[in-house]
Amino acid sequence: MTDSLLTATLFGHRYEFRDIKDLLAKANEEKSGDRLAGIAAQSAAERMAAKHVLAEVTLATLRANPAVPYEQDEVTRVIDDAVNEAAYGQIKGWAVGDLREWILADTTTNEMIRHAAGGMTAEMIAAVTKLMSNLDLMLAAKKIRNVTHCNNTMGLPGTLGSRLQPNHQTDSVEGIRAAIYDGLSFGSGDAVIGINPSDDSIGSVSRLLEMTHEVITRWEIPTQNCVLAHVSTQMEAMRRGAPLGLVFQSLSGSQKGCESFGIDVGMLDEAYALAQRYAVSTGPNYMYFETGQGAELSSDAHFGSDQLVMEARCYGLAKRYHPFQVNTVVGFIGPEYLYDSTQITRAGLEDHFMGKLTGISMGCDVCYTNHARSTQNENENLAVLLAAAGVNFIMGIPMGDDSMLSYQTTSFHDAPTLRQLLDLRPLPEFETWMEDLGLLRNGRLTAAAGDASFFLGR
Amino acid sequence: MTSEPRTTSDDQLRSIVADVLAELGSQRGSAPSAGMPPAPLPASSALSAAIAATPASTTVSSGPTPHIELGDPTLNRRAPGIPNPANPAGLTNLIASTGARIGVGRAGPRPLTRSLLLFQADHAVTQDAIFGDVPQALLERFGMFAVQTQVTTHDEFLLRPDLGRRLTDEAKATIGSRCTKNPNVQIVVGDGLSAAAVTNNLDKIYPVLVDGFRSAGLSLGDPFFIRYCRVGIINDLNTVIGADVVVLLIGERPGLGVADALSVYSGWQPGPGKTDADRDVVCMITENGGTNPMEAGAFVVEHIRKVIAAKASGVALRTQGGDS
Repeated sequence: MTDSLLTATLFGHRYEFRDIKDLLAKANEEKSGDRLAGIAAQSAAERMAAKHVLAEVTLATLRANPAVPYEQDEVTRVIDDAVNEAAYGQIKGWAVGDLREWILADTTTNEMIRHAAGGMTAEMIAAVTKLMSNLDLMLAAKKIRNVTHCNNTMGLPGTLGSRLQPNHQTDSVEGIRAAIYDGLSFGSGDAVIGINPSDDSIGSVSRLLEMTHEVITRWEIPTQNCVLAHVSTQMEAMRRGAPLGLVFQSLSGSQKGCESFGIDVGMLDEAYALAQRYAVSTGPNYMYFETGQGAELSSDAHFGSDQLVMEARCYGLAKRYHPFQVNTVVGFIGPEYLYDSTQITRAGLEDHFMGKLTGISMGCDVCYTNHARSTQNENENLAVLLAAAGVNFIMGIPMGDDSMLSYQTTSFHDAPTLRQLLDLRPLPEFETWMEDLGLLRNGRLTAAAGDASFFLGR
Repeated sequence: MTSEPRTTSDDQLRSIVADVLAELGSQRGSAPSAGMPPAPLPASSALSAAIAATPASTTVSSGPTPHIELGDPTLNRRAPGIPNPANPAGLTNLIASTGARIGVGRAGPRPLTRSLLLFQADHAVTQDAIFGDVPQALLERFGMFAVQTQVTTHDEFLLRPDLGRRLTDEAKATIGSRCTKNPNVQIVVGDGLSAAAVTNNLDKIYPVLVDGFRSAGLSLGDPFFIRYCRVGIINDLNTVIGADVVVLLIGERPGLGVADALSVYSGWQPGPGKTDADRDVVCMITENGGTNPMEAGAFVVEHIRKVIAAKASGVALRTQGGDS
């Protein structure tokens, strides 16, 4: 390969970019994490010059320049080996700017996008994201429907799911059950009843799986349970017969990053196979992944690439396992990666679109930490944007305050509010269940809703 | 019907506005009965006409100021917010079983006013803790001088954790000239992500540590304070001090409404290349729902005695089976 030349002149000033990786990084919207990594554009004008050049780069060039070389990285291999060559053959000559306009065109349908996306790698998906405005990202994401099924159906148009996240500082079974009752009474929990355990031991994880499964069975709830321990712990719990609906793991966009999480593709393959054998849910989608921009840099596993590219690679890895759901935990990582609500909002919209374009069922933990420059008002703003963009699910936590993980996310109140505001419904099987119990009528909470003690009645 | 707009003199306007405000003030002052929504405000065409016609610069004499004396709402967090629960006693038990904010009720799908304001108050106190400073007088009381990491502003502190792990040359020179070298134990205090953690807990935990280490026959270095401090500073500062053990008291990233939690990090012979795996931590030291600072101090002293006996900390200590 000859030395490439990537330059632009903007307002009479000439900008030069070292290689595709440099160009992608400098074309990224401003993120404190890219600055921390020392790869961000030095000025707003340089960022725009990079975007202008990136708009002319072909998709074939992006496939040929992955963040980490194919030979060195199994995440690159997973993504590249999964490329549908027929679809790729149709799009490889397109420039990134053309791809943006094609996705946004009214003549381009969900089916057309999903077909073309089979020919895309993570670097292409990240590249087109960099050329999109926030409203572009919303409109484009809204077009793409990735529908999955576990015990119920996720991702249909007009629905908004909610993960019930009943965390407790010391994993008290009673305390977690109380928060589950509270959440169910608001209509949270259709995506999953998913607990972040404080104690990662097999005994504790199995105990929480037993309890949540018992609640789901007793109340015949069309949903699935999950305890978000390390995947190896869940695998062992399954082998020992614990009743598990979804298998969870956090993902990273490089092999080195995955290693820092204590996983590799072989382990995930094994977990997926075990889920298909042992999960108590119907399937065919059994997996749940979480991601978030900046994780690779925090484990020095970004290989000089920007955090958007690395995030897109997480989705490419996730796709291998046909997950029921994936969510970015967008503002959890802290201000050194996403400084303020402007950056968190942008990242949430980017991640949602990239997940949808990758072909996965995408949700978002709309959240922030106390040292980020944000407030619950800004958090609510992003939730509205994502719900309008067709996000598959958000989180539900008592008043949005996760006292176990020390961060703020969306409240049990927020999914019902967004459903009311934007004429959305819970996942269909769950809506029927709520109607049958008398907690929901024509999409509105009834007088009986919002009362945890309702669930003491059976 | 007249085609002329009706005119009102300024005096008449003031009089109308004063009357309406007085009426509103008396209505708002009477609390609605429990469980009942407040009565809607009277639709007053006089008020809206007056507001529309009054120039912005006009000052309006107000009615009597209502007398409102609130008890601290942060002390009454657990009252159920549901008017007619299916199982009132059961609901109270559910709420008591977790620190999570359940049973708070709703207004339509939104939180009740008191839940919303309490949440915002918790966030407010958290923000004040993160973006505050440790008072100089407190440091002087314990004979501590202050140095700074390579961070220069608060924004930079949040954005560049790497700079918060390194001292400036000037700081190293100050420490070098003012501190005893090679003590058994060096105590250091850092603001970290909560100045309030230091401000509220230092006077309780620090004397326990000093007395405890002295009783254990350990030599103590000269204490000092580090501004814009991250945990990794332990490695850098010990290149100057050369202590057997460094004990760092540092403010934690605040949780919502728990803004003053302190952590104590410690390690055997810290230095370049040492990581979290080489350190031990006691966290959530606060009188607001965490470990009491004096108890935590006693625990830390006991722990450091084990570290010094084993000449190891962190994972290495646990591998030896020496961890408590």
